[in-house]
Amino acid sequence: MADEGLEPTPDQTVGPFFHYVLTPHAYPVRSLVGNDLTQAGVAGETIRIEGRVLDGDGSLVSDALVEIWQADAAGHYAHPEDRRGTASNAFRGFGRSDTDATGVFRFTTIRPGPVPGPGGGTQAPHIAVTIFARGLLRHLVTRFYFPDEPLNGADPILALVPAERRATLMLRAAGKAHYGIDICLQGDQETVFFDV
Amino acid sequence: MTDMDRDRATGKNPPILHPYGSTAKRAPSHRPLAIPRTLTEMTGPLYGHASVDPGEADLTQGHAGEPQGERIILAGRVVDAAGGPVPDTLIELWQTNAAGRYLHAADRHPAPLDPNFTGAGRAVTDGQGQYRFTSIKPGAYPWRNHPNAWRPAHIHLSLFGPSLTTRLVTQMYFPGDPLLAFDPIFNAVPDLAARQRLVAGFDWNLTEPEWALGYRFDVVLGGRRATPMED
Repeated sequence: MADEGLEPTPDQTVGPFFHYVLTPHAYPVRSLVGNDLTQAGVAGETIRIEGRVLDGDGSLVSDALVEIWQADAAGHYAHPEDRRGTASNAFRGFGRSDTDATGVFRFTTIRPGPVPGPGGGTQAPHIAVTIFARGLLRHLVTRFYFPDEPLNGADPILALVPAERRATLMLRAAGKAHYGIDICLQGDQETVFFDV
Repeated sequence: MTDMDRDRATGKNPPILHPYGSTAKRAPSHRPLAIPRTLTEMTGPLYGHASVDPGEADLTQGHAGEPQGERIILAGRVVDAAGGPVPDTLIELWQTNAAGRYLHAADRHPAPLDPNFTGAGRAVTDGQGQYRFTSIKPGAYPWRNHPNAWRPAHIHLSLFGPSLTTRLVTQMYFPGDPLLAFDPIFNAVPDLAARQRLVAGFDWNLTEPEWALGYRFDVVLGGRRATPMED
């Protein structure tokens, strides 16, 4: 329980200088995690996500880091806690993108399948998203959902989100297998962030 | 009350808004919405020993010569809230050189770059949750948050742990640094004891004669404190 055990190490901001280890594409450092999650042999529909991060003034945030975590096309996570069998071998389910000078992040991935929810239910296909930036003392957690997904109506997490704010979690179709989204850190269109 | 609420209420984790100027337009105005931990949150990216070359834990190597500055060994143990080891988990680290300059295009501090120091490191904890880096003590540097603002020497650390809920990005500081008292990022953690957990300890046993000063920094990943609410 929460009152037992060790107290956690506190969070501190990622700051503006993380790129040369976390997303080192412009630096002479090997990249460990990139923004293309697809590899040869991965089953599923390849999709592109191009989103923006905006601050409370609507200004583009050009020094953010966005991480995504997701199941494969069959809805399996590449993790031992998912005891239903292994995810498709080549799919690790994790990606990182920094935002560029125009505040844009980009991922190429596959559309995830539905995954188990609380109490034996099902969660609609979704992508878990973590946002780090200068000015955020702790990272933010949100989700991307797919706009054309019939399972959204029964998703147990979406059901907890006030109806008028659910749209902030929805990818918007921007073309064939191409989606966009704005992550608004603050303001009228503020994205719903989760306490997990 | 969730862990996040509790940590903010007791000053053990940063508040959302703070004199750290960059928070003003970036901190969300809504409270984060508490949700149950589903399979999505109870899993997370795993990067083990196959991901990292052992040489990536020595930031003093890989260049034509030796970097300038005070050589340090930074080691510690990564544990969960119950004190159990967190094995095989990735640690990524970045820092300035000895002069307080980052190898980063956006760093405008007029201190010299060191051709023999990049400042990026990676390691994976062993079966007991232990890690070890060799590096150079980073320098303080000025920033524009408030008049005559200087960041205390620090090392940025990124850790995963076993699930999305254990993700941690933090900064480690050095003991006895007079700049700690003035730093809004360090002091964004209101609780003194919690703040002190961000300060490494000088470790005589870790110190190697004729070679490097040793600092110990243990990390507690908090994600498993609460009973999972999945059911």
